[in-house]
Amino acid sequence: MKFLSEFRDGRLAKGVVSQIHRRSETPARFMEFCGGHTVTIFRYGIRQILPATIEMLSGPGCPVCVTANADLDKAIALAQTPGVIVTTFGDMLKVPGSDLSLQEVKAEGADVRMVYSTMDAVHIAEENPSKRVVFLGIGFETTAPTVAASILHAEEKHLKNYYVLSVHKLCPPVIKALLDSGEVNLDGLICPGHVSAVIGSRAWDFIARDYAIPCVVSGFEPLDVLQCVDMLVTQVEEGNSKVEIAYRRGVRPEGNPEALRLMDEVFEACPAQWRGMGTIPDSGLKLRSTYQHFDAEYAFDIDPGPTREPQGCICGDILRGVKTPLDCRLFDNGCTPEDPVGPCMVSSEGSCATYYLYGRNSGR
Amino acid sequence: MADRILLAHGSGGKLAHDLVQEMFVDVLGNPILAKLDDAAIFTASGRLAFTTDSYVVTPIFFPGGDIGKLAVCGTVNDLAMSGARPLYLSLSFIIEEGFPQKDLEEIVNSVKEATDEAGAMIVTGDTKVVDQGSADRLYINTAGVGAVAPGLNISGSNAQPGDKVLLSGPIGDHGIAVMSKREGFSFSTKLESDCAPLNDMVADMLAASSNIHCLRDPTRGGLATTLNELAKQSEIKIIIEEEQLPVHDEVLAACEMLGFDPLYVANEGKLVAVVAAPDAERVLNTMRKTRYGKEAVILGEVVEGDSGRVVMKTHLGATRIVDMLVGDLLPRIC
Amino acid sequence: MCLAIPALIKSIENEEADVDMGGITRRISLRLTPQAKVGDYVIIHTGYAINILDQHEARETLKLFDQLAKAAEEER
Repeated sequence: MKFLSEFRDGRLAKGVVSQIHRRSETPARFMEFCGGHTVTIFRYGIRQILPATIEMLSGPGCPVCVTANADLDKAIALAQTPGVIVTTFGDMLKVPGSDLSLQEVKAEGADVRMVYSTMDAVHIAEENPSKRVVFLGIGFETTAPTVAASILHAEEKHLKNYYVLSVHKLCPPVIKALLDSGEVNLDGLICPGHVSAVIGSRAWDFIARDYAIPCVVSGFEPLDVLQCVDMLVTQVEEGNSKVEIAYRRGVRPEGNPEALRLMDEVFEACPAQWRGMGTIPDSGLKLRSTYQHFDAEYAFDIDPGPTREPQGCICGDILRGVKTPLDCRLFDNGCTPEDPVGPCMVSSEGSCATYYLYGRNSGR
Repeated sequence: MADRILLAHGSGGKLAHDLVQEMFVDVLGNPILAKLDDAAIFTASGRLAFTTDSYVVTPIFFPGGDIGKLAVCGTVNDLAMSGARPLYLSLSFIIEEGFPQKDLEEIVNSVKEATDEAGAMIVTGDTKVVDQGSADRLYINTAGVGAVAPGLNISGSNAQPGDKVLLSGPIGDHGIAVMSKREGFSFSTKLESDCAPLNDMVADMLAASSNIHCLRDPTRGGLATTLNELAKQSEIKIIIEEEQLPVHDEVLAACEMLGFDPLYVANEGKLVAVVAAPDAERVLNTMRKTRYGKEAVILGEVVEGDSGRVVMKTHLGATRIVDMLVGDLLPRIC
Repeated sequence: MCLAIPALIKSIENEEADVDMGGITRRISLRLTPQAKVGDYVIIHTGYAINILDQHEARETLKLFDQLAKAAEEER
């Protein structure tokens, strides 16, 4: 695949890896914020080929994993409401809420449909005028503009039966909260590539400036991640802390202004609940009052019942980077991808699922 | 004939008899079936292989095939993976009331084409019709009997350290072709299911070498699941090379779009062979001369240690564990 | 996170485009990248183009990798 396969080339990788080994002298701990980066790192065995000076830590950049039970319970309550079709990305289907998952509710007769795109959800609303179609809006700043676009599209078509339950979250505030908590000491941050394609690399300036931590925006192919690590190592060895873009083919300093404009048109920042991290101010998105008629929180009287957290689950600690899946007593001992207790095991890019699939018994 | 299947078609009366005669016997045309006795009688000697499978695929018509072709190839291939020559199959339908007759005709024609290619015969069958809503359009069950040559011992537990692991061609075609037609995924592709009967290729392979230790066709769960099954059964470790893994561009693209790993996507016309090292090249060349093995590769080898484990040497030269498929393959946005 | 892949725009109709990704085609929305043209590569996430791929930068990056690879090969 063009502009994809070339960035997986083994021969080219050897060149970057050589350079990293040559340059890296100071022990350094880098965090990949994004679940997608965690997957690339494990899938290609990147930890194995990096020098021992570098320690990699996984962060909370998995929108599925950080969705609070209370929020998921709302979606499940909606699915159990007569006359409602809940549409969702595949990622959320098997995540257990306080009691059930969307897939389990579907098996009980609820109309829950998986979609690849919000465009599909809007079509379902058009084709089912007597039903109310709710789209479960998860995802960071990469996804939120697409949901905003779907709302504008629904407005243009005068649809009266399309709603969004927004549990969208923003990345810079949670990284700030993580750094402020003092729980993790980082020497570098691998910044999310596609979030940055929308919000721009400038969004990370505050980290380099206020926390003196090098930031490099990375793409998702193995060569992208290696290039990013090389650039972080260079900054560490030179004693720098600035924001750089490794993923130059996909990211610009100013991001995508049109996507940002649409996101701002439809959404405004609000406090949001992050699993394992509590409520973080201005870290979530809710629909503006102008678009209230598309907001599921307003249109429905949602009563999800009491929230329960799974016993023994340490997803919160894992998301904050203070524990690894191997520290969890439930890991592969009651909590598996087939029968998950917490979301880190359900989401295919959750730390626990990644460790289970690629790292179990591998020692590292 | 009416143009939809009715409950009466499954109830054994005149309508049912007409259906069996016109739809099945006349099309599948062989003397054993034509007798329409309660049981088919045939003679076979030596060791026999016997297998059964049910087919519930959705959608029932997909690029490159349909449930009928799948039902024959699936059972024929199970026989072939034991080294058996497929002989006779049974064919049972469970049909939802209201199913269009012309669709059933098309499916039975596919069955005929597939059995003709495999050199096997449908000799007995059954038809049931259920109320609307009690079945998802149509289900098929096939059982098959095949002849196993004397002395042949092909089993998932026979892999030995030093053996080579061969793969007959590109992976993931069937799963992606089927998925392209499912609601909620839609994309256009020229990709077709690889659904095919592999018994001729297997027969050629067995003629080329008597040191083929294992044969298995990776279906649901993908190549990764099959390799893990072999590794566990034989209590050995398998190493494969990502550089050698054949994947069609469209499969790669669809997997990238939906967030799948091709190692876990279903196939219906591929096989994995574990062969003693000295014979590997010869078996490979034999496969490459057959219709369904032109892109066969030596994918990896069997080694000592870490029993039951499958690892892959990635494009980057590092190794990672390849586990079985856990749960379902669900598309993701993250 | 945020699965997004490069796709080539083959044709545009209003705000939507038919794109080719490694041989598979799909209709996607250009609402977030209205300036995209036929022949551009865009990065697709959940059926929307979220950015136009900078082909020049892509080639420059690959050239850089190639230089590093050659240097590493000469060292051995």
